[in-house]
Amino acid sequence: MPINIEGLSFTYSNGGPFEKKALNDINLNIEDGEFIGIIGHTGSGKSTLIQHFNGILKPTGGRISVNGIDTRQRDLKVLRRQVGIVFQYPEHQLFEDTVKKDISFGLLKLGLSEEETAQRVLAALQSVGLDQSILEKSPFELSGGQKRRVAIAGVVAMMPKILVLDEPTAGLDPSGRDEIFGYIKKLHKDFNMTIILVSHSMEDIARLAERVIVMNQGTIFMDKPSAQVYNQPQELEKIGLSAPQITYLMKRLKAIIPHIDENIFTVEAALKELQKHLKA
Amino acid sequence: MIRDITIGQYVPGDSMLHKSDPRTKIILTFVMMIFIFMINTYWGYLMLTLFTALTVVTSNIPVKFVLKGLKPVIFIVIFAGVINMFTIGGRTIFEWGFLRMTYEGVDTAIKMAIRLFLLIIIASLLTYTTTPIALTDGIEKLLGPLKRLRVPVHEIAMMMTIALRFIPTLLEETDKIIKAQSSRGADFDSGNLIERAKSFIPVLIPLFISAFRRADELATAMEARCYRGSEGRTRMKQLSLTRYDFVATAITVVFMAWVLVMQYMVW
Repeated sequence: MPINIEGLSFTYSNGGPFEKKALNDINLNIEDGEFIGIIGHTGSGKSTLIQHFNGILKPTGGRISVNGIDTRQRDLKVLRRQVGIVFQYPEHQLFEDTVKKDISFGLLKLGLSEEETAQRVLAALQSVGLDQSILEKSPFELSGGQKRRVAIAGVVAMMPKILVLDEPTAGLDPSGRDEIFGYIKKLHKDFNMTIILVSHSMEDIARLAERVIVMNQGTIFMDKPSAQVYNQPQELEKIGLSAPQITYLMKRLKAIIPHIDENIFTVEAALKELQKHLKA
Repeated sequence: MIRDITIGQYVPGDSMLHKSDPRTKIILTFVMMIFIFMINTYWGYLMLTLFTALTVVTSNIPVKFVLKGLKPVIFIVIFAGVINMFTIGGRTIFEWGFLRMTYEGVDTAIKMAIRLFLLIIIASLLTYTTTPIALTDGIEKLLGPLKRLRVPVHEIAMMMTIALRFIPTLLEETDKIIKAQSSRGADFDSGNLIERAKSFIPVLIPLFISAFRRADELATAMEARCYRGSEGRTRMKQLSLTRYDFVATAITVVFMAWVLVMQYMVW
């Protein structure tokens, strides 16, 4: 289900004294099954852009269509089913008295049968690595990481074809972060979901995304396969971003060990490369 | 959507209105409000409208923005206007079944609409040109004498400051939660009244939770900075009257006196 964006612009409080241009002439095509990372500074327009994907924000200029559905139309129910967005700190949206009820909130709105709902809740729970035993617990007595996963499960249960995640690991410890990313990767593989991951951590994007979109001041600064983006740290530095730290390390090592591969963007890949070199 | 509410918002600027003392603005606003109800001729309303327009121009606030603030009351004005037109007795314009429209009714409806619109514009000019902090400082100072009667003026002012401070925060929060819930299937626009009211439960519960969390954090932060009420508390910004205040007061008083005199003597 491709996303087509043509000349999209968006201005907050259009015409008021607090008018603020957030997006300017965005052109973008996203194909089915892609894993995309969107990166950029605070205020670069990342969050504004993703809110256009399911019609929460309507463009003030240009157009966006998702699988042929123009988001300017009125009835967006079909669209919302196909595009799931997990916002920053999604645990703040929990409200039901049990985890089960909270995850099935969206499913009940779809009018699914009870069995189907129960099945999907279980599947969603598994896909974020939670145990059935918490189903009857109150979401408010869970730990931070668990709450986050319950909230993500609430969106995953809708089985969207496109899953957008805005900083899904903000405020989690490293192990919680790794777990969440593991489950996102799995969703991408098992269900061929299109994943759009917003983050300001180059490391996280480098580990997961196949294609990286770099945003700067409301425009797309770069849109390339991830390897090509990190190959040009100078370009990223121009707008105050940087390549993953490990890339810089490998570039320095290259000065000492000439035949090492310097185009490495994750710690795991670096480890492999160095081991290979040490053995030889 | 929610961002578009303009009443009660502060618009930064450095016009004469922005620079005057909040106490002057509060008192003059109140006096003006009473004055609006003392006027009952169209000539008086014309003068008052011109005066208000002039004030808006001096304030440097976009006219479009001021007019947008009137939107929410249009419904009330129309509703009250229609009731007035048909219920006030007097000379009939036309009759249709049990409905009877009178000249006196139409007269009252028009005057009331003008009054309401002017009232809203004047009251919102106060908040457009005064920061919430300055506003509560002014109120605290004005209510100061009540301290002798053991009214907890400082505490009331502090509560108002905090409440005002959190309006935008809570609006933003509400906006976020609405977006999050509608992204996972919530529907706020369809169904009958009861269904719609119910559909806001997924917004209200998270909103309350976050409001309590914020209140808790704020209390801790205030204690950490040794806040202990009004006793011995000094201010960073002392309120002081400047020439702007005297000029504004003089102009307003002269204008009101002139209109009243003209209204009663000439017409």
